[in-house]
Amino acid sequence: MATHESHKKRSGLMDWLTTVDHKKIGILYLLAGGFFFLIGGLEAVLMRIQLMEPDSKIFTGELYNQLLTMHGTTMIFLAAMPIIFGFMNAIVPLQLGARDVAFPYVNAVGFWLFFFGGVLLNLSWFLGGAPEAGWTAYAPLSTVAEDTGVDFYVLGLQIAGAGTLAGGINFLVTIINMRAPGMTFMRMPLFTWASFVTSGLILFAFPALTVGFFLLMFERVFDANFFNPDMGGNILIWEHIFWIFGHPEVYILILPAFGIISEVISTFSNKRLFGYSAMVFATVLIGFLGFMVWVHHMFTVGLGPVANSIFAVATMAIAIPTGVKIFNWIFTMWGGQIRFSTAMLFAVGFVPTFVMGGVTGVMLSVPAADYQYHDSYFVVAHFHYVIVGGLILGLFSGLYYWYPRMFNRVLNETLGKWNFWLFFIGFHLTFFPQHWLGLMGMPRRVYTYMSGQELDGANFVSTIGAILMGAGTVVLLINIIISASSKYATTKDPWDGRTLEWSMPVPTPEYNFAQTPLVRGLDALYVEKTAGNGEMTPAEPVGEIHMPNGSILPFILSLGMFISGFGFIYSNWYVAGAGLGLVLITMFLRSIIDDHGYHIHKEEVEADIKGGRA
Amino acid sequence: MKKWLQKGRFLSLFAMLALLLMGCGDPTLSALIPQGEVADKQFQLMLISISIMILVLVVVFVLYAFVLLKFRKKKGDNSTPKQVEGNHMLELLWTVIPILLLIILAVPTVMRTFEFSADAKPASKNELSIKVTGHQYWWEFEYPKEELITSQELVLPADTKVHVELSSADVIHSFWIPSLAGKTDTNPGDKNKNYMWFDTGSKTDVVYKGKCAELCGASHALMDFKVRVVSKEDYKNWVAGYKAADDKSSANADGQQVFEKNCLSCHAVGQNGGNTGPSLTGFGDKDRVAGILEHDKENLKKWIKDPQEVKPGNNMPKVNLSDEEIDAVSDYLLGLKLK
Repeated sequence: MATHESHKKRSGLMDWLTTVDHKKIGILYLLAGGFFFLIGGLEAVLMRIQLMEPDSKIFTGELYNQLLTMHGTTMIFLAAMPIIFGFMNAIVPLQLGARDVAFPYVNAVGFWLFFFGGVLLNLSWFLGGAPEAGWTAYAPLSTVAEDTGVDFYVLGLQIAGAGTLAGGINFLVTIINMRAPGMTFMRMPLFTWASFVTSGLILFAFPALTVGFFLLMFERVFDANFFNPDMGGNILIWEHIFWIFGHPEVYILILPAFGIISEVISTFSNKRLFGYSAMVFATVLIGFLGFMVWVHHMFTVGLGPVANSIFAVATMAIAIPTGVKIFNWIFTMWGGQIRFSTAMLFAVGFVPTFVMGGVTGVMLSVPAADYQYHDSYFVVAHFHYVIVGGLILGLFSGLYYWYPRMFNRVLNETLGKWNFWLFFIGFHLTFFPQHWLGLMGMPRRVYTYMSGQELDGANFVSTIGAILMGAGTVVLLINIIISASSKYATTKDPWDGRTLEWSMPVPTPEYNFAQTPLVRGLDALYVEKTAGNGEMTPAEPVGEIHMPNGSILPFILSLGMFISGFGFIYSNWYVAGAGLGLVLITMFLRSIIDDHGYHIHKEEVEADIKGGRA
Repeated sequence: MKKWLQKGRFLSLFAMLALLLMGCGDPTLSALIPQGEVADKQFQLMLISISIMILVLVVVFVLYAFVLLKFRKKKGDNSTPKQVEGNHMLELLWTVIPILLLIILAVPTVMRTFEFSADAKPASKNELSIKVTGHQYWWEFEYPKEELITSQELVLPADTKVHVELSSADVIHSFWIPSLAGKTDTNPGDKNKNYMWFDTGSKTDVVYKGKCAELCGASHALMDFKVRVVSKEDYKNWVAGYKAADDKSSANADGQQVFEKNCLSCHAVGQNGGNTGPSLTGFGDKDRVAGILEHDKENLKKWIKDPQEVKPGNNMPKVNLSDEEIDAVSDYLLGLKLK
């Protein structure tokens, strides 16, 4: 049995449901994340329409709170993180010179868990109302809510979070173990470095969230009293646990964007990254410090001046490595030949926008002044400057940059420029006035404000900006649709790239590299372009390539979790048990079925090489 | 000499910023128009941090604009730029300068953070102290020394340091009067009581707007309160008037009957009544109905008729009253004035 080898070629939908290929999983992540991004964006536009004018009555009370909760939750857990995982999947193995991630099966499990978790959470809209306690779900607001909204939040995110944790561990192992010969740590592209640090942060931050969600779930489903002061519980437990996860989460999100920006700026300036080792060190340091600043989300909670001061100074310290990055990017461009493609435009827009988000971050780190900023629109402006102006601009940049590698086509540059300018101008129009709104006394998460408080003008401008951002996103959609109906682009290296992902033909062969490449320096492909024949030198002779088999089990396992989620939400133990039973059965099957994958024979690989397909 | 010049420059930048930011917003709501000592010091901190940050922004933006203009790829230029690894001097420079700037910011930060939490609890009984309790969606204010409880409207003497003890009866709220002081959360549970202090400023007969700043449910947006600052003399009179007030202070006997039958179990007037809902002593003198609506009979009737319509999710039941009864009880409530 052990030597038995079988390989079924699947096609169509079944191929996508069973795939364990990192390139296809990357596309799945991108599609699902993109879909949730549109939903979260729609929720944002609805909120801005409600706030366009004072005393407006379109989306009020509970419904508005559902919109704000789902907007935050969707954008962070179901849009930003999956899109990041999409790029990590599609690009990191290629940048490492690897044929796949370390655990292709786990990779598929990670995706399907996220997907079913996200679907579960969003079904709440149709099943009695979405969660309404904010994405932070502070107890006791989240524990006393009587409808099932928060139950959907807890179980949906618990399932999606398990997927994220699996993905993070997978990438840690991949980056440590799967590097091609010569690809030392200090030759890894910055995006791969960022993915490495981000995966490390996931490994330490997500378990805290998992524990928090279990407490909250027990509180709601089994009437536990962790957060109930009348029974000896304490509401602050939740706040601490949430932010011990929540602050590293911010860096989990932003570090990959830093990585993307580093790649794009370097490529389109035609220069190697200025201060590479400082950039790597700064990335690691930001990740490390990210774990010791969570109390800056809690300055007004009443932890006392000692705690507040310590966390204030720790928070300020993060500005130093971040500043190093900003200057390194600027000096990467210094003396270069900057080409303003759409990907580069987004990167160029990222730098000043992120700096503005960064400086308001330093302002927020001053506790005595934060008593005024906290939970006001100033904070809303700050974190949107960092997450939209930072992360989303970075992701758009990455999308335009890697689109040819992922989808074998180039996105239209003219539409891309429309996309950039509409989104960029809309973004600043939306969020810049919100700094002032906060300082002028507007709390965040309010569904309305009364006229006569001088808050009308800025709110109106902000809504106009949100509509422009929406228009920019629609242009991106049109661009994607047009490209999908166009022919394959045949160039394998449209941007004159510097790293390994541009070294193989399009479409990328399923085994990535016919022969594992030999890496001879930082910017491996650029080294070959200047010192060799522009092709990677192989590190091994052509031989058989071992590939993993696809499997439907990850899909079924995640479906089992999804079903048991419903069971717990409605306290129906039969359904919960059936779902968990399905999970156990798939785990059992996975354990007893010996699946050794299959081999692509030497002749096939040689034929591919001859035909220019590998 | 040069140092003086720099200092002068810094001060003028400071003054310009202050001018730019001041006057932004509603003078009874904006944190940019501070009216008391605490808000004033918080505003100073904002100015210090914004000044340093604008310095950083200007340096980065100028450098960035220069790079973007100077180093565009020129048509036909196919030369390869020099591949620079880095520059230790420069990298040291942009590590050390931010550290220095942050130290400059950290000193006043730590100082003020300790200052605002020092002496938050009253040292003696003579000092003015209040206990704030957040409820979904209204505020209860207890004056322990004066032995009175009000709601929604905090009356305070000018030029006085006020000690505040904060807690919550249900979920977390956050007590914020932007004109006078930053916010502090009101937490449920005895272990998480908070203390803060602020100064009421020198203006008298002014009503500042207060807000709840922590998401607390469907009507979080409507959980406003008012802070009326009066002269010390007027404050004494107000306390005396409030303590003397009783449920007979309004002359509408029909309305009083309706009130006693339907409302008194939750709402207190004078010494009588429950404490589940806000105290209505001196209701006729208040600024708002339910904390948000214009203070007139029309709105009061609307509120009593259907509280959920005005403040979704609040705990006041829709009491089954006829239109006449609502009319009478409204007249009675609006007649509850302090002497």
